[in-house]
Amino acid sequence: MLAFTLRRAVQAIGVMIAVGIIAFAMFRFAGDPVSQIVSIDTPAAEREAVRKSLGLDDPVLIQFARYFVNAAQFKFGVSYQFRQPVSTLLAERLPATLELAICATIFAMVFGILMGVYAALRRDTLLAKLCQAVSLIGISLPTFLIGILLIYLFAVTLGWLPSFGRGEMVRIGWWTTGLLTVSGLKALIMPSITLGLFQMTLIMRLVRAEMLEVLRTDYIRFARARGLTTRAIHFGHALKNTLVPVITVAGLQFGSVIAFSIITESVFQWPGMGLMFVQAVQNVDIPIMAAYLLMVSLIFVTINLVVDILYTIVDPRLRATVSRPA
Amino acid sequence: MSVRHHLLAAISLAIVATTTPVSAQTLRYANQGDLKSLDPHTLNETTTHAHLGQVYEGLTARDKDLKIIPALAESWETPEPTRWRFHLRKNVKFQNGDPFTADDVVFSADRVRAKGSNLQTRIPADAKVVKVDDYTVDFILTSPNPILNSQWDTWYIMDKKWAEANNATQPTPASATTPSFASLNANGTGPFMIESHQPGVKTVFKVNPNWWQKPEHNLKEIVFTPIASDATRVAALLSGEVDIIEPVPIQDISRVDSSPNAQVLKGPEIRTIFLGMDQSRDELLYSNIKGKNPFKDVRVREAFYKAIDIELIKNRVMRGLSTPSALMVAPQLYPPSKDFTRPKFDPDGAKKLLTAAGYPDGFEVTMDCPNDRYVNDAAICQAVVGMLARIGVKVNLLAQPKAQYFAKILKPGGYQTSFYMLGWTPGTLDSHNVMYDIMGCRDDPKSARGETNLGGYCNKEFDDIADKVLQETDTAKRDQLIKAGFEIAMKDWAYIPLHQQALAWGVSKKLKVVQRPDNQVLPYWMVKSE
Repeated sequence: MLAFTLRRAVQAIGVMIAVGIIAFAMFRFAGDPVSQIVSIDTPAAEREAVRKSLGLDDPVLIQFARYFVNAAQFKFGVSYQFRQPVSTLLAERLPATLELAICATIFAMVFGILMGVYAALRRDTLLAKLCQAVSLIGISLPTFLIGILLIYLFAVTLGWLPSFGRGEMVRIGWWTTGLLTVSGLKALIMPSITLGLFQMTLIMRLVRAEMLEVLRTDYIRFARARGLTTRAIHFGHALKNTLVPVITVAGLQFGSVIAFSIITESVFQWPGMGLMFVQAVQNVDIPIMAAYLLMVSLIFVTINLVVDILYTIVDPRLRATVSRPA
Repeated sequence: MSVRHHLLAAISLAIVATTTPVSAQTLRYANQGDLKSLDPHTLNETTTHAHLGQVYEGLTARDKDLKIIPALAESWETPEPTRWRFHLRKNVKFQNGDPFTADDVVFSADRVRAKGSNLQTRIPADAKVVKVDDYTVDFILTSPNPILNSQWDTWYIMDKKWAEANNATQPTPASATTPSFASLNANGTGPFMIESHQPGVKTVFKVNPNWWQKPEHNLKEIVFTPIASDATRVAALLSGEVDIIEPVPIQDISRVDSSPNAQVLKGPEIRTIFLGMDQSRDELLYSNIKGKNPFKDVRVREAFYKAIDIELIKNRVMRGLSTPSALMVAPQLYPPSKDFTRPKFDPDGAKKLLTAAGYPDGFEVTMDCPNDRYVNDAAICQAVVGMLARIGVKVNLLAQPKAQYFAKILKPGGYQTSFYMLGWTPGTLDSHNVMYDIMGCRDDPKSARGETNLGGYCNKEFDDIADKVLQETDTAKRDQLIKAGFEIAMKDWAYIPLHQQALAWGVSKKLKVVQRPDNQVLPYWMVKSE
């Protein structure tokens, strides 16, 4: 077991290094950071001085070595745009992104399971068909379009919800939260729906399919024969057995919720890490881009590692193959 | 004291609060761009200057018509052409209470020219700044310069004592490894103070009660949020969550105008959009013509110019929001520009010119164009491609984000372009800047002349005139010289000026604002009703 975990951890580090190399290779195509730092009428000599001071005139290999050594020590440098340490900037933006991702996941789980169960049990009702239709929309409409539609409906036309930002925030230590104020909660609604809609659709369809599958199995038939109430059969037995794959998928999707928040954050001007990343790309702010990419890959790698380990704990069959590799 | 007593007091307070008219308002403002740093000497960019102009002030300012007016300097004179004397305003205090004196001016002059500053050209590097007494400063130049103070409205004066106490005597360079105090904190003499600043997220300004001027605004607070997404920014204005946005995308103008609570304030901007052609290389980098450069032939340049239907670009691409231009400088910056007219749109004549130049079937060339820098930039280039196709020139359009575009076409990228679109606002708000930076010969590698002359247009006669323009102090004579220069450039078909794009601000109907053609959104002239 320990060997397995160690092997997985080494693989995870390999993935991180690969991400670092790919990211660094891509920065060279993002454009010239210097022309974003200085204004267009800056004399060429001054531009060269800036380039030199940033070490951008060094050979590629030296630049990569420097970047790698610093990243390994979690030193991400100072943002070109803001002249602030990248770690500070990311820490300031982290709460916004995490709160949004968690709310979106909760939204997706609650509504996805409810709609999925309903669509499976009352397959032929109008409401079930409506759920199916909604799930189609959720899968086929691009995120930014959903966001803009919501803004025009609920912010511009009805005036119920704010169209941008996080609302008023409460500061608890270094963490800022919008969960404790009315305006903060209102500001969370539309971005959470926009971000969570795709996952909700996914979960709904998964629950519906699993539920239909489970309802056909023998133990449900026996349960009915025993004369158990429909409620106990549906929710006590069927749903419980449906949830294992659902939780797995939701857990794995959490990483992509954080990564995909880039679009949602841009639409709602949500002051999170995704928005900062987009702006960093536009301005060729390499320190922020590098740190963000490494962080997201760290999140993915960690989640996968945890899931792998959990699997072996949950499923004894896997454990057997793990300890005696073929 | 009893509970009832408290309650009574509270009620009477509440009554007072509701009956007194609340005149001081909160302005909520959203811009496409961020306020990245509060350090007034790190970024030379319009939006940043406008923001920091709420907190900091220069020796001079520009009024609502862009005329230079006194600010921290009460008056100035030039006893000799190479010596400018500035008399400073007395009894001005920085926001932390420090008095404003000549030491702060000398300090700020050094700081703005220091390494890491992006505004080094505000004051000539060899100029000496001498404190005469506490309220008099001399600027001693090595050669006469009639436009010395033309950009001083955005050369902001910092408090020497404050900067020294906070280790902020140098502007923070982009390569800094430690956070800069001055980029997160500010201490100016201006009408507003920074209350909180989270870079890229939100900045709150509150009114400076001790400002030396009588305010024209009625604001107590400015809440600034950058909103990069066009649709969201417009939605925030339409829903009343913000009072003013800049810019309104052209396609949203009619929707904003038809809404009950906001409208679009349009006006001409002083940025000139133009096309340039590589006329220095012996063979174009991106063309099917080998061994020679078609743009070296003046007839080809003339043909390109005459093939552009500027009215069509104005009406279709810009939806009426542009002012076609015959010059490389906006009429606000050079009043005699009305004497110049664009040559007529003449595709047949253009075709004949191309034939005469030896290209009866046209040729192929690649055009470089930004797609996120100017209003509808890529769409303008698309239109140009279509127009040139009519005279047989096949243009391959390469429209890229500004980060890649500028890296390719500017000097550090080796001027890698054959045909391009660019926009230019002379930083000095003066024609000389255009004549020097954009139209001057770039053959002397040691000189900064022509550094943004991407096509390498060169005419020594023109350069001589540009040099005289810099030295001439008599306005009428100077205008004549500039005119002579522009006439030469027109005769050479050096550039194809297109237009000045229009400004479009979305403004709540509750708000009265002043729109200056340099696109600075300046809350200190805004009045908001309830």
